Amino acid sequence: MLIAVMALQGAFIEHEKVLNKLGVKAFEIRQKKDLERDFDGLILPGGESTVQGKLLRELEMYDEVKKMIEDGIPVLGTCAGLILLAEKLFEDNTSHLATLPVTVKRNAYGRQIGSFYTEQNFGNIGVVPMTFIRAPYIESVSNGVEVLAKVNGNIVGVRYKNQIGISFHPELDNDTKIHKMFVDMVKNFKLRKAA
Amino acid sequence: MDYKRYELNSGLAQMLKGGVIMDVTTPEQAEIAEKAGACAVMALERIPADIRAAGGVSRMSDPKMIKGIQKAVSIPVMAKCRIGHFAEAQVLEAIEIDYIDESEVLSPADDVYHIDKTKFKVPFVCGAKDLGEALRRINEGAAMIRTKGEPGTGDVVQAVRHMRKMQSEISRLVSMREDELFNAAKELQVPYELVMYVHEKGKIPVVNFAAGGIATPADAALMMQLGAEGVFVGSGIFKSGNPEKRARAIVQAVTNYNDPSVVASLSEDLGEAMVGINEQEIELLMAERGK
Repeated sequence: MLIAVMALQGAFIEHEKVLNKLGVKAFEIRQKKDLERDFDGLILPGGESTVQGKLLRELEMYDEVKKMIEDGIPVLGTCAGLILLAEKLFEDNTSHLATLPVTVKRNAYGRQIGSFYTEQNFGNIGVVPMTFIRAPYIESVSNGVEVLAKVNGNIVGVRYKNQIGISFHPELDNDTKIHKMFVDMVKNFKLRKAA
Repeated sequence: MDYKRYELNSGLAQMLKGGVIMDVTTPEQAEIAEKAGACAVMALERIPADIRAAGGVSRMSDPKMIKGIQKAVSIPVMAKCRIGHFAEAQVLEAIEIDYIDESEVLSPADDVYHIDKTKFKVPFVCGAKDLGEALRRINEGAAMIRTKGEPGTGDVVQAVRHMRKMQSEISRLVSMREDELFNAAKELQVPYELVMYVHEKGKIPVVNFAAGGIATPADAALMMQLGAEGVFVGSGIFKSGNPEKRARAIVQAVTNYNDPSVVASLSEDLGEAMVGINEQEIELLMAERGK
């Protein structure tokens, strides 16, 4: 199994380290030719979504990555990664890959002073640490989107088909449960593809 | 400051990695920077090259001007306070700045003490020209480090010197026997725990950016290859012929710093770079402020 981590900007090394801890191989995508490698899953890391979205287009990777996700490759987006996946942004006309039918509110908790940490339930994997940094949350979801976690009534984690979108940073904490959940999803996808 | 607040603050620096932080003086410049791909902006009244040219005492910017920039962009906004001027830092915290740069670019307010940054909820970035300075600032609560370089010169030589010095001192600590670390802590004038951290992990505990004198995509690629995790570009962008194009090129060069053919194409047709001054031609060494 090989997982690609989008390494245009932000905290991509942290994701690679968690994957390595789980015994999964990872590599970085920095330009179009990196997409030619054969990989089984994709992680869109935290960082600044404006920067990543812009580089995705300028480096001419946008169409290919969008198609890959629409064709079903498992993808995990954290914070900025969730914003890239979102179909719509709240009170904002920009959108990026727009493959995940949710509306995301950027900087939903305000500036850095509003950043916070908590521990709550996530899907069926139990309590996980949640580090929110200038984080977005999910304002609304379309039919078919499964809500995985809520904090103070706001949606902070969802799944739709093979896409997981999270508004916090599992890559910054020591808990590997969320990445494990993603890796299992990639495994199942690979098995189904082979069959 | 509680443990988690520091984690959140150093975590924000982790999100800035692989990015370019640009100096801006107006909301219009801030918008240009954001569109060109800046991962954050530094709001200040005058860019370092102009501070250098104007001379005199240089202070924190007008909060109203900073607020104007906060309104103009959705990315993090940083601002500078003078070294040791904790009241300026309090003002910046009151307007909810995302990062405070306790900066040698401004005139120092205290020639002995830096700000006790553990007393603040918002994070600080500080300049350093060697490992000792970096670890002292971290001990005072800095959640991010940058090289000092020599601001406002367009001359990258000092940023290179500071980054190389830091990296070689890190390698030296890594290669030491454990019983030599006590003396290393004494020599560096930093706590033993931080020396031990560097010895074990081979890096400083927070994100380390390059700053001071970066003016071209190749400058940015150079600093990234020397171990910087991102770059600050101050005067280099808005003192050049075509700020938007140059900004965009530097952003892409930081992502693909290891691919010379990409950096080559990014370096084409950028128009005039900032004129700059060589380090021998300047009278004021800002990097010597605050140790």
